[in-house]
Amino acid sequence: MSWMNAPRWATGVAIALLITLPFWVGNPYYINVASQILLFAVFALALNVLVGYGGLVSLGHAGLFAMAGYAGALMLDAGHGHLAADLTAIAVTVLASAVFGVLALRSTGIGFLMITLALGQIVWGIAYRWQSLTNGDNGVNVTTRPAPFGISLASADNFYFATLLVFLVALITMALFVRSPFGASLRGTRDQARRMNALGYNVWLIRLVAFLFSGFWTGVAGLLFIYYNQFISPQVAALQTSAEALLMVISGGTATLLGPIAGAAIVVIMKNVVSAYVERWNLVLGVIFVAIITFMPEGLVPGSVRLWKLAWRAMRGRPAKAAEPSA
Amino acid sequence: MSRKLSRRTFMAGTAAAGAAATTFNFPAPAIAQGAPFKIGLLTVKTGPLAQGGIQMEQGLSVFLKEKNNTLGGRKIELIVADTGGNPAGAKTKAQEVIERDKVNVILGPLAAFELLAITDYVRDNKTPLLSIAAAEDVTQRKANPFVIRPSATSAQCCHVMGDYASKDLKYKRAATISEDFAFGYEQMSGFQRVFEDNGGKVVKKLWPPLVTPDYTPYIAQIKDVDCVFNGFAGSNPVKFMRAYADLGLKAKIPLLSGWTAMDDALLRSVGDEAIGVLSAAWYSADGPTASNKRFVAAMAKEFNVLPGGYSAGMYVAGQCVEAAIQKLGGKSDDRVALAEALHAVSLADTPRGPVKFDKLGNVIGDVFIRKVEKKDGKLVNTIVKRYPSVSQFWTYQEAAFLAQPVYGRDAPPAKNLEQ
Amino acid sequence: MTLWLTLAVNSIALGGLLFLLSAGFSLIFGLMRIPNLMHGSFFMLGAYFGVTLLDNRIGMNFWAAALVSALAMAVIGGLVERFLLRRLNGQELPQVLLTLGLSFIIADVCLMIWTGDPWQPPTPDHLRGVLQVAGVYFPYFRLVIVLVAVVIAVALWLMVDWTRLGAMIRAGVDDAPIARVVGIKVSQLFTLVFALGAALAAFGGVIGAPYLSVYPGLDAEMLPLALIVVILGGTGSLLGALVGSFLIGFLYNFGQAMFPDLAYVILFLPMLLVLVLRPQGLFGRVMT
Repeated sequence: MSWMNAPRWATGVAIALLITLPFWVGNPYYINVASQILLFAVFALALNVLVGYGGLVSLGHAGLFAMAGYAGALMLDAGHGHLAADLTAIAVTVLASAVFGVLALRSTGIGFLMITLALGQIVWGIAYRWQSLTNGDNGVNVTTRPAPFGISLASADNFYFATLLVFLVALITMALFVRSPFGASLRGTRDQARRMNALGYNVWLIRLVAFLFSGFWTGVAGLLFIYYNQFISPQVAALQTSAEALLMVISGGTATLLGPIAGAAIVVIMKNVVSAYVERWNLVLGVIFVAIITFMPEGLVPGSVRLWKLAWRAMRGRPAKAAEPSA
Repeated sequence: MSRKLSRRTFMAGTAAAGAAATTFNFPAPAIAQGAPFKIGLLTVKTGPLAQGGIQMEQGLSVFLKEKNNTLGGRKIELIVADTGGNPAGAKTKAQEVIERDKVNVILGPLAAFELLAITDYVRDNKTPLLSIAAAEDVTQRKANPFVIRPSATSAQCCHVMGDYASKDLKYKRAATISEDFAFGYEQMSGFQRVFEDNGGKVVKKLWPPLVTPDYTPYIAQIKDVDCVFNGFAGSNPVKFMRAYADLGLKAKIPLLSGWTAMDDALLRSVGDEAIGVLSAAWYSADGPTASNKRFVAAMAKEFNVLPGGYSAGMYVAGQCVEAAIQKLGGKSDDRVALAEALHAVSLADTPRGPVKFDKLGNVIGDVFIRKVEKKDGKLVNTIVKRYPSVSQFWTYQEAAFLAQPVYGRDAPPAKNLEQ
Repeated sequence: MTLWLTLAVNSIALGGLLFLLSAGFSLIFGLMRIPNLMHGSFFMLGAYFGVTLLDNRIGMNFWAAALVSALAMAVIGGLVERFLLRRLNGQELPQVLLTLGLSFIIADVCLMIWTGDPWQPPTPDHLRGVLQVAGVYFPYFRLVIVLVAVVIAVALWLMVDWTRLGAMIRAGVDDAPIARVVGIKVSQLFTLVFALGAALAAFGGVIGAPYLSVYPGLDAEMLPLALIVVILGGTGSLLGALVGSFLIGFLYNFGQAMFPDLAYVILFLPMLLVLVLRPQGLFGRVMT
């Protein structure tokens, strides 16, 4: 993992910068942008469990993301408390992940991608069409943000800190997951499925558990999303959302921890900040993706590390070796 | 528009003003007069909804150009934000213009779901917003003092069409067809309510999904009716009308439509199959007012287009903002006062005719029945009848109207459906 | 009764159009093993080229416009394959993502050039009539689409089954590495097939424009249809694409009319069923 090779002080500085961000950024608008980056980073990290470590490309994660959002929003709308709403939302999402997983894991590769895509589209269709439950495209409003331990998250600063906390927990969980024996066996199913099978591992079960783990964090991200926007409508479940999350993971670098975070930052900043200055920001976003994929097919983070190492060696006059495979 | 430059100048300006205010404790309004009055336009410039969004920006820019970028003696700074046509984008862009740019007023957004995503937010941040989105409840059961709508609710024109179809055209049996989403439900229910209260029957209601490559399976189900009322929006009316004509219904059953389905700006995209279609609209490019003549001429000169509701809506919104600034004078930076002043606006001459607002912030204005005709080789909407000062409640009592649930797919229920 | 008749005829017409869209998609999928996520963009861009050529200022003949647009798209498709996709040879995921990124670019460029307004060329004069049988009105033009689709299907079939090029494509679909070993220039084949797929999609876009019209978002509407057709029919199989197209044509028409409540999932449910129960599609071979 590139971030673990990085010196400890770099990690420390990054975390310190994140914790102090509201104090040096000042304007609540930019703090909100930072919150969005973090919440989408959680989403991208969750997707990365499957895409990066499991080699299973899902184009239906928006369905799970939206399901958590809807479950939470509808529970709140029905007058339940935040804790009950959040727990229900997570439970519903993990359950839905199990259904998604059981269906999608009948296949791998492109087949897996197609099944998840179909499932995502079905969730989108239901969100649109099941008026009596979801209020159709008029969506559901979330009137209040929660106030854990009496601290209201209504302000941009407090919401940012809460999101940062969740993000750090997600990151640490992911790091532990990756290094755990289970993470190793998941990577094994990605690289050598047959051999894993022969060694007595239940490949299917390993993948399903990975799907549930991914679904859990997708649900958490979905909850952060509705608390941030205080609104959910069927667009959240659309294929576009799934595709964007996948682009975050892949442009940043699959099977790395920093990659999805960098990818989330690129997409959120392009959509929200750059779009204020560049009218054709969609075009620029497309060009950036194409450029990253063309010149750094392994993703921005590993790609930059590779280029950096090449440059470093060239400077020190040593012959450049072939890039090491990342992760 | 060179936004980058304007934003930079603006930031420098406020920073100076802010510093001066804290250091020397000048009375705020005196300083504010030097600073520009900032309008944030939430529009859609990318993605499938860009058609209407581009027109909104054109309409507003024509208005500001006509006014030499000065309203009520105050220099205007326009900040254009592209929401991408989705609720999350609308929310972020609302935050951008409110929290970062500190705009005085927001114009837009375009789509109902975008507006619904930000109404609570603009209320909490006390920033007045003039929207073109039609979501009924925003000025009804969920009205809030910062949202003003100078265009129309979804059903405002459809009530009129229901009346015209039953009383003037003497139609008895109607079918309705519209996209399967809230704007469609609200339009169709408004038509159905008035049409049936006047003795007509809606015998078939069809709801194709928002994305429907081919309308034939729906159109093929229409039979034994006097008229078909459609409420399509965006690019769908073009596709729908061609299929309607192709399947031979055009020649047999008259087609009626809401404003988006036969908007003046859409006429350049449709073929001769549109000739004869009747529509109910709150704006018509052939409207008689002086400001409309100026507006249509300017739109032709600047953009070489015939303007429709999206452009006109923003022009009228601009006029409302101007009237409110004029009324408030030095106090126009007070956003709460601005919202109140906007509710009290009463204009005699706008492109759509006289405009005033009810206490919920929705416009009371004229609605036109128009017919598509071909003149000099071009399709135009010609006004057939004008209904003056139409309210969002039509002729119903406000309290009774609001006691009913908001218009929906089955609200009010259709009692006369036939298989 | 007339309703069912209208729906049946329309199902065939829609199927014809879907075949033009998905034949190329299926070949690309079969040969290069990637779902080309810019296939909807080819369709839309081709249609935009078409309406521009048909516009009064140029006033080209309808069929000529369709051919010119197809040629232009073939060149664009070929360039994309040769200079972008080939760099990523063998890396399926980046290739898929590349096509997705390019589809974003094409969508925004189209918006820039053709604005957000919908464009709909008039039906060509000589095809404007209506067929009237037993009280059912049916536009000639849609029947012509079926005819064109059938002609193209036969031509493609002849090419794949009877020409040397076709034999190479079949070999590539079956096993690209082996094909390479026996001396087939698989990468040139990729370029050729990608160009062909782009051309077919563009041709379909122009032919479909008088009844679908062209507008921003058309790409995203057509892509899932191509996906579903190919999933049902099986990848790399022209027969599969043909049968899948007509199947979807019928499913769409009758499903929308009979089960309006399922309108949103009417196409994805069968796709899901096939994927779960028979992942190789109805006519496809098992792929590893």
